[in-house]
Amino acid sequence: MIQLIINGEPQQFESSLNLQQLLENMGLQNKRIAIEHNGEIIPRSRFSDYIVTEGDRLEIVVAVGGG
Amino acid sequence: MDDFIIAGKCYKSRLLVGTGKYKDFSETRAAIEASGSEIITVAIRRTNIGQNPDEPNLLDVLPPSKFTLLPNTAGCYTAEEAIRTLRLARELLDGHSLVKLEVLGDSKTLFPNIVETIKAAQTLVKENFQVMVYTSDDPIVAKQLEEVGCVAIMPLASLIGSGMGILNPWNLQIMIDRATVPVLVDAGVGTASDAAIAMELGCDGVLMNTAIAAAKDPIMMASAMRKAVEAGREAYLAGRMEKKFYSASPSSPIDGISPLSSHK
Repeated sequence: MIQLIINGEPQQFESSLNLQQLLENMGLQNKRIAIEHNGEIIPRSRFSDYIVTEGDRLEIVVAVGGG
Repeated sequence: MDDFIIAGKCYKSRLLVGTGKYKDFSETRAAIEASGSEIITVAIRRTNIGQNPDEPNLLDVLPPSKFTLLPNTAGCYTAEEAIRTLRLARELLDGHSLVKLEVLGDSKTLFPNIVETIKAAQTLVKENFQVMVYTSDDPIVAKQLEEVGCVAIMPLASLIGSGMGILNPWNLQIMIDRATVPVLVDAGVGTASDAAIAMELGCDGVLMNTAIAAAKDPIMMASAMRKAVEAGREAYLAGRMEKKFYSASPSSPIDGISPLSSHK
């Protein structure tokens, strides 16, 4: 088991996984989102080679209504 | 042709609108259509973990192919937060670089924090963002933001969400006179006449959200704002008559007045 901090909340996953697998796991694949991994923005094209490990901090954002 | 150019791109509509505070996405879309706006602001927020994955996304309703999306930094209180937000926005919107920078200083009044705003603008400009910047109505600050390289200066007319209208037209006038980039009123517009006054002063455009979204009929208000911005712009270009305390020059001819009218 590994623990990731996603949008400030601890989340458990079976094992280390890449960002693409993480998104699939969370039902967010094919959604318009952007990801920051430990403070660094990860381009969508690199999601499948980016492995997340224990304690990593992720921010997953979307566009919402705003002024 | 009365071109409205932001960062080298020409737009037809001088009304920019936000997408917040609507009842649902269909009302958002209908109001935006009625406003005729081409540039629309969006906020960047953490996705809700565990939300219904089939929930519609704002970008499905307002596709970037049809509108120029202007991601904002609403809710950011430091330069660092604002920069992070806009870097994420650029990734989210496939490299899109036109952004609205706003760094707030006080959660109660939503007054901007100018020191942090300038700091954020410096970094963002270096990173090739095209920054439309929300600021106070201080003409010197506006000049500094322009020198940093912001592509548009967007002073408040009154506080965000207040609907108080244009409280200091004289400062706005100075900013417009002194600026070499577009000046847009952002925040404070309450009703159509406020938007018209901003445009009559010579503003290049008006950005609003609450004035439309919080109207009893947002779609009709969006249409009213469209007309007000157009009317104000035309009045500005037409050049208003001089104000006089009173006038000895009636609109109708003096010659040939009927003898029944004997006033001297």
